[in-house]
Amino acid sequence: MSDQTSIDDMAVGAEIPTLTKRPTTRQLAMYAGASGDFYEIHYDKDFANAQGLPGVILHGALKSAFLGQLMTDWAGPEGRLLSLSVRYREMDVPGDTLACRGVVKEKDEAAGTARCEIWIENGAGVRTTTGEAVVALPSRS
Amino acid sequence: MASILTPAMEAAVGKDGEPQSALVERGAVERFAAAIGDANPAYPDVAPPTFLRSVGRAIPPLPDAETAPRALDGGSEWTYGEPARPGDVITFVTQMESLVEREGRMGPMLIATYLTRYTNQRGELAATQRNTVIRMPAL
Repeated sequence: MSDQTSIDDMAVGAEIPTLTKRPTTRQLAMYAGASGDFYEIHYDKDFANAQGLPGVILHGALKSAFLGQLMTDWAGPEGRLLSLSVRYREMDVPGDTLACRGVVKEKDEAAGTARCEIWIENGAGVRTTTGEAVVALPSRS
Repeated sequence: MASILTPAMEAAVGKDGEPQSALVERGAVERFAAAIGDANPAYPDVAPPTFLRSVGRAIPPLPDAETAPRALDGGSEWTYGEPARPGDVITFVTQMESLVEREGRMGPMLIATYLTRYTNQRGELAATQRNTVIRMPAL
């Protein structure tokens, strides 16, 4: 089996292989440093509590990055991500197991593009994060 | 309930912040890929899709921001052009596209959308990002 997804092989309704993420407070600290987003709700529990939050929460942009990885892993080295749209509907917390998932909703064989519904499910099965992505995929022919 | 949307805030809608430029550093791309836990072998020769936000956003200041100091990220919409690579010099400018007040579950809130355009040193569009920010009064 080739690593490369092609537009020909891909069917509407097909599921994108699930990407599992287990974010930790360490990852949130790394992401704060790497992204430059030092808003304290992501690493200071007392600060987060004072903001009415149950504890530190994931950066929304980290969840976008997870869904970006879902798509680039699937699109493969010759595929290209054209757009990535993500809504943060519920907060996610470190220590949870997050399933990044997607399904092909539409494909345009002439353009070589596929539109996918994407989302993150938390450990309780709640879709905390939803969105859409469009990828360009190579053709076998 | 009193409005938390002030005339000065409304006057800021549609205005660009000051454009800024920054170098895409190889080490920064490496650290970003490590932070998101993405071992894609294409990195750091090319930057992950959401990397550019870490290069910077030239967000224009929100007047009267103290009326709604609590902020939450509501979502993000990226469109991609020429991929960003180490060595690129990216110029970015951010505009507050819209600002509306809504009555939420927890009282009044402001919903702001910002559009950032990222352009490389050849003038090619690398990406755009539309970001929704939800702001609420202090507890």
